[in-house]
Amino acid sequence: MRPLLSDHIVCREIYRKMRLIRRFEERVVELVNRNEIAGTTHEYSGQEAVAVGVCTVLEPEDVITSTHRGHGHLIAKGGDVRRMMAELLGRSTGYNRGKGGSMHIADLSLGIFGANGIVGAGVPIAAGAAWSSKIKKVGRVAVAFFGDGGANQGVVHETMNIAGIWQLPLVFVCENNQYAVSTRVTYATAGSSIAARASGYGFPGCIVDGMDVGAVMEAAQDAVSRARSGNGPTLLECQTYRFHGHFTAERALGIRYRTESEVEMWKRRDPVNSWGACLEELGYLNGAERDKLDDEVDKLLDEAVEYARSSPWPEQAEALEHMYVTRYPGLPAATSL
Amino acid sequence: MAEKTYREAIIEAMAEEMRRDERVVLIGEDVGRFGGAMGASKGLFQEFGSDRVIDTPISEAAIIGSGLGMALTGQRPIAELMFIDFSGVCMDQILNQVAKVRYMLGGQVKVPLVIRTQAGAGKGYAAQHSQSLEAWFTHVPGLKVVMPATPRDAKGLLKSAIRDDNPVMFIEHKLLYNTKGEVPEDPDFLIPLGVAEVKREGSDLTIVSHSRQVLNCLEAAGELSRQGIEAEVIDLRTLRPMDFEAVKASVEKTGRLVSVEEGYPQCGIGAEVVARVAEHCMDSLDMPPIRIASKDSPIPFARILEQETLPSPRRIVERILAARKWTRHSQDSRLAV
Ligand SMILES: Cc1ncc(C[n+]2csc(CCOP(=O)(O)OP(=O)(O)O)c2C)c(N)n1
Ligand SMILES: [Mg+2]
Repeated sequence: MRPLLSDHIVCREIYRKMRLIRRFEERVVELVNRNEIAGTTHEYSGQEAVAVGVCTVLEPEDVITSTHRGHGHLIAKGGDVRRMMAELLGRSTGYNRGKGGSMHIADLSLGIFGANGIVGAGVPIAAGAAWSSKIKKVGRVAVAFFGDGGANQGVVHETMNIAGIWQLPLVFVCENNQYAVSTRVTYATAGSSIAARASGYGFPGCIVDGMDVGAVMEAAQDAVSRARSGNGPTLLECQTYRFHGHFTAERALGIRYRTESEVEMWKRRDPVNSWGACLEELGYLNGAERDKLDDEVDKLLDEAVEYARSSPWPEQAEALEHMYVTRYPGLPAATSL
Repeated sequence: MAEKTYREAIIEAMAEEMRRDERVVLIGEDVGRFGGAMGASKGLFQEFGSDRVIDTPISEAAIIGSGLGMALTGQRPIAELMFIDFSGVCMDQILNQVAKVRYMLGGQVKVPLVIRTQAGAGKGYAAQHSQSLEAWFTHVPGLKVVMPATPRDAKGLLKSAIRDDNPVMFIEHKLLYNTKGEVPEDPDFLIPLGVAEVKREGSDLTIVSHSRQVLNCLEAAGELSRQGIEAEVIDLRTLRPMDFEAVKASVEKTGRLVSVEEGYPQCGIGAEVVARVAEHCMDSLDMPPIRIASKDSPIPFARILEQETLPSPRRIVERILAARKWTRHSQDSRLAV
């Protein structure tokens, strides 16, 4: 076992974070169904081991770029669930002051360069951050999260090539949850795997069991060390599964494109439960301690929801703020409303 | 005639044209068995099969580009872009390839390609999924741009777009899919591109609009009527070619022009309408034109901010009533309330 995984405190923290992500998403579903969260949200449930496994081996200054399914990455990188929840409820205390919502939450101070509404779009941004780190010799690593669907965006391929020629300190983390909306990865992906594409760009790629946080951590540790020591990018294809629909309302709409048995098969490998069970087995955590951790997570989320609900709405005038660093004369056009 | 939703009208238009002409194919993300992200291709896969209703990976540039290639080789493809915002990913194919190839090649080819997409705000989808970018495409020579407001128009215009030998951007509005209206069942019911429609007659002022804002204009016109002002509402329906004659005839009758759109104010459709009126029938104007658009900002997430940026019936009425004091000919009694 790697050093990190022999550390009880680290292992418990991994469990706590995964549990927090899971329970956060369950709250989100409730709030969407109660119409307290507008727009569209994409739950991360089922994929917790990937975000937490990767982010656990990162330093606070390291940078991540996320996707439309970003809540898990944000929490794993240390995002404050209160401010996340406030953003989802469109409050002024939210990370983006209510301007962004689920698909745009960011906290630059934690190296979270944002969820993203455009599939694949965060990947080159991570490359830019990696380039800055390389030029400034600050030893920072960037991680680009993207999906199996995102892997088919031109910009992702362009970025892999650039990262290859410039030997950027960048880790490509593809979360292969088997579907892009309703489209199966096997239908949409040419070649033997997404990981195999890395060889075309001259860097290593490997398939990782994305339901096993230990496996993700080990692979991520290798990739991050490579990046940090100047040996260039790595592509990790983490095999995982989303337990919910593509977006929250999908269940209510009765949309089906996966079989019950397939969903059940993956749910039996639930990354949160299996890690909890593993820690109990190892004696890192007993049942009572686990219950206590679970309760703490729920309490934190109660607080987050309460914080969000009791926060003020943004001022209407803010709609026209934060566009330019300095407002130019005549900016809120007289010709608008 | 039967009462249909806008969504049903779109599906029916495609189904009829696909039955009529086997060269018509639909290509896009999740358009097959899943029936499209907006449900606007439901049933087509089941009827026409996977050779004619073609699911793609998330690769917009390749979708549009291969749509062009199909069009150049005898097909009449309909390429679906899930959100107009994603045109950013494939703009080169639209702007530099699809729009220009016939011209650049000295007329050697025809491009019977329809790019079907949807635009608009109001669902809390935030800045990357709510835009009204029709002005971008209207700017480009070589494209036609269509934006229906009613189920009837959606059907008649989409059928014409599919039969047109030129590339057509067919832009639906995400808030219109569930709206209902009478739709003719004649499989040869067509509405020609480039012809506006007077959706409400009136003598006091001309409101020019398109897409969902037409509904807001009609609601505003009802309120204005209660206040003694009769507004004529013109639905442009096609933005390029633009039926300026219809606008001109109306402005010459009413002497007042208001444009209403959901896009950004700068260089928008209203700017074009106002400019043409200034060039061609300035003498008919009794008061400076009024341009109503969304606010000059990206679309924010929080409902309270989003609503703040969008035109609404109330705002249209307020702007028009406030404009009375600008009336040049103060003797004019036509706007007297
Ligand atoms: C450029 C672009 N195309 C399409 C979409 C619509 N869309 C949002 S998420 C999604 C599926 C993404 O699949 P994947 O990358 O596998 O991520 P997952 O949802 O499985 O986490 C699609 C098609 C988008 N947001 N951006
Ligand atoms: Mg996926």
